[in-house]
Amino acid sequence: MVDTINKNLVSFLEEKATELRINILKMIHAAQSGHPGGALSAAEIITTLYCHEMRINLDNQRDPDRDRFILSKGHACPVLYSVLAMKGFFPIEELATLRKINSRLQGHPDMKKTPGVDFTTGSLGNGLSIGIGMALMGKLDKKDFRVYVMLGCGELDEGIVWEAFMAGTKFKLDNLVVIIDYNKLQLDGDNDEVMPLEPIVDKLEAFNWNVIRTNGHDFNQIIKAFAKARETHNKPTVIVADTIKGKGVSFMENKVDWHGLAPDDEQLKIALEEIRGS
Amino acid sequence: MQTASMRSAYGESLVEIGQKNKNVVVLDCDLSKATKTSLFAEKFPDRFFNMGIAEQNMMSFAAGLASCGKIPFATTLAVFASMRPCEQIRTSICIGNMNVKIGAPYGGLCTGENGPTHQCIADINTMRGLPNMTILAPSDATSCKACVLWAAQHKGPVYIRVLRDNEPVIYSKASEVDVLSGNRLKDGNDIVIFSNGFTSHMAVVAADLLEKEGISVTVHDIISVKPIPEKAVISMAKKCGAVMTVEEHNIYGGLGSAIAEVVSQKCPVPMKILGVSDYFSDSGSHQSLLQRAGLTVENIVKQTKSLLNKKE
Repeated sequence: MVDTINKNLVSFLEEKATELRINILKMIHAAQSGHPGGALSAAEIITTLYCHEMRINLDNQRDPDRDRFILSKGHACPVLYSVLAMKGFFPIEELATLRKINSRLQGHPDMKKTPGVDFTTGSLGNGLSIGIGMALMGKLDKKDFRVYVMLGCGELDEGIVWEAFMAGTKFKLDNLVVIIDYNKLQLDGDNDEVMPLEPIVDKLEAFNWNVIRTNGHDFNQIIKAFAKARETHNKPTVIVADTIKGKGVSFMENKVDWHGLAPDDEQLKIALEEIRGS
Repeated sequence: MQTASMRSAYGESLVEIGQKNKNVVVLDCDLSKATKTSLFAEKFPDRFFNMGIAEQNMMSFAAGLASCGKIPFATTLAVFASMRPCEQIRTSICIGNMNVKIGAPYGGLCTGENGPTHQCIADINTMRGLPNMTILAPSDATSCKACVLWAAQHKGPVYIRVLRDNEPVIYSKASEVDVLSGNRLKDGNDIVIFSNGFTSHMAVVAADLLEKEGISVTVHDIISVKPIPEKAVISMAKKCGAVMTVEEHNIYGGLGSAIAEVVSQKCPVPMKILGVSDYFSDSGSHQSLLQRAGLTVENIVKQTKSLLNKKE
């Protein structure tokens, strides 16, 4: 079934991802601060989650049976806010208030302030532990919701992440999917320079997780990876998604300087032309 | 003097609330035999989760459980519960006001022989800086039970500082304990002693001795360090005109500081903070470490007299 993915679905998702990128850049430009690189690298994965994979309920946003998503790499929240606005959790116009006083859109995700945000994050490394708690609760109460956690690659430097990987195995959480946005850059430079991660797949397999490596910008592959996770039993899945930091804007791609930098007027104009043209 | 074990009271109380409420779950970091969460684990194996020696993961994991309606009691030794995962307590629990209870046995100096790595004199101050956190420091096994029962029905994070074994019994029934306002253990007019934990019974003994010398002392057992029962503090400080605090904690940032914040701004009177004077101690018996800190009946008597001399 997963071999024949509807072409219409892929082009629909592509359109949505383009929309997300446009909104990410506009909102960071309006705030004149924020993190474009790691938001752009996650656009296809987030689009797939919210427009295809996850069960969400707009009429009852805190529906106890909804699927949950935790953006552990909280600084990438413009991509999350964009998709939440697109889905209708709050008005698109509100994106322009990002990071400003009295805004519901905080610099890092806040579950008490922003509709649709399932958990507060921002300090790196904590999201997987939270997801494991949610997934275990689902098992305890025999709920069929699924839990998705997105980790950044730099975030894997944190020890708590590996504590959580161990716990995920212990509790056999096959209702949990971790996606590593593997763009290979962190604030100070390449992962390899700052703190080498490789061999990442071997490490995760050694923790006895179901490990799937995929291209994080290819919708066909992302959709298949999530489908494969659903077919896996008695262990959690981690999708190592190879991505490009700053994806979609040529002057931002693979440039560590765009980790936490806002575009100026001219840069925004060029970036939006590129994204719309592509 | 009748004594009882606070950690046992903690474990037994968890079983009691576990029976009443199936949403209560208990987590521990490989110390369940010491913290007595083992009692809950035996009774409710499906609701007990041993998280291994990984405190940070335990706290964020507890927050995840709480976000789905569970009432987790995340438990490990006070010194590790408050410090190793402090950041997870802030970010995953306090910012979102998650319904997580942190059970922290072995608070204070009772781990004496293990040395300064295991002695816990900086947990209250660490937790006190976190908005949304309630901090309870019961003084005996009965009030410990009252705190667990209270925490289970309170919505929001609670840190419960539990002690160990052989604590003198102060209260006869948990239902008599006023967790939020604290409890007057002795009524007097010349000076008020605010205390909590192991030192509360010392304050009562000291007050009895002082009474024989004609000095009339109020002893008020403050269980809730945060929120501090401000009204009670003000009224007793005004009535007595001098305030002393006694606690098994660093003199910076604990009960003494919490009381001083009220007294200095609302009803300034002479005040003395008695506790561990900002040093790391050594291995030694609990008693010897209390002695070194000046946390003895004799010193409370002496400090009270000296403070009374400063009273106008």
